[in-house]
Amino acid sequence: MLPMIEKEVVERRGWASAEEIMDIFALSQSLPGAIAINSSIFLGYRLAGVTGAVVAAAGVVMPSLLIILGIAVFFTSLKENRAVSAAFTGIRAAVAGLIAAAALRITRASCRSWIAFALALLSLLINLFTDIHAVWVILCGGLIGIVIHYYLPGRVKLRKSGDEKP
Amino acid sequence: MIYLELLFKFFRIGLFTIGGGYAMLPLMQHEIEINNWITSQEFVDIIAIAEMTPGPIAINAATFIGYRVGGVLGSVVATTAVVLPSLLIILLLSRILARYQEHAFVRSLFAGIRPVVAGLIISAAWFIIAAVFAPALSENGAALPVDYASIGIAALAFLLVAKYRFDPVKIIIMAGIAGMVIF
Repeated sequence: MLPMIEKEVVERRGWASAEEIMDIFALSQSLPGAIAINSSIFLGYRLAGVTGAVVAAAGVVMPSLLIILGIAVFFTSLKENRAVSAAFTGIRAAVAGLIAAAALRITRASCRSWIAFALALLSLLINLFTDIHAVWVILCGGLIGIVIHYYLPGRVKLRKSGDEKP
Repeated sequence: MIYLELLFKFFRIGLFTIGGGYAMLPLMQHEIEINNWITSQEFVDIIAIAEMTPGPIAINAATFIGYRVGGVLGSVVATTAVVLPSLLIILLLSRILARYQEHAFVRSLFAGIRPVVAGLIISAAWFIIAAVFAPALSENGAALPVDYASIGIAALAFLLVAKYRFDPVKIIIMAGIAGMVIF
């Protein structure tokens, strides 16, 4: 989705320079939410203020909303079909493989030190064996990151944030 | 009131989806386990559909679950709620965000969050894999014959994406065709 945004915004419309859009992507990555959505909101805000931001958010979400709504409405009856149900048995298996691959990729990208690895292991165990909500785990992770890297004497040096992108 | 609940929970999911769309999976998994909104099988189906259709997985999952729980209005509420944190944060903080992005404090924060999210995603992956393969074990307690075809498809999908960087959409389509032939 990001290359599409870049093409439309930079080449076709001239709404932002190639550098600006890269800055927006980088910033969007460190905010909550999907990168494509955040970037669209940023651009909308930059071009047309609050209204622009709201319109851009609505515009970028609308296709997903309509497509998924369409699928959701017919999905239950579709699943009654034998061929569809057989196809989904295969697809579910593939999704298991895809998610495992995604988990591996993300872990590789974000666990480049033993501290990071230990944090990942700890959060994995907490999520598997306790009922603690993921939100608290994420908040604690952020807190530990700040303590270790910012406040501890002789704190661990961080690479430029560009190197840590997932 | 189901719509308020959807609004609150998907707002929270949107707010804590840090580090790309997959970071949403553990948050969503948690809500599904607690609320019984949909079965874990349906969760896997939603991920499959989300991978096949354009648009971020977090948005697609919100729309689908919202529809299941509260109809068309529910899907609109859930989708809006999951985007709302991004919108509010950018509107309120966009001026200071760019300035502090490279600040050591912010980078330390993310240095802690990223690995934790990775751990959560691994556990969500485990949940999904269990949802795909466990029904064969848990139905009326007796262990059913091991489903080698499914394991084969999963292993192949993993290998093709992790090692050869195949497009997930193509893999899902191929798996669908394989499923129709095998099952």
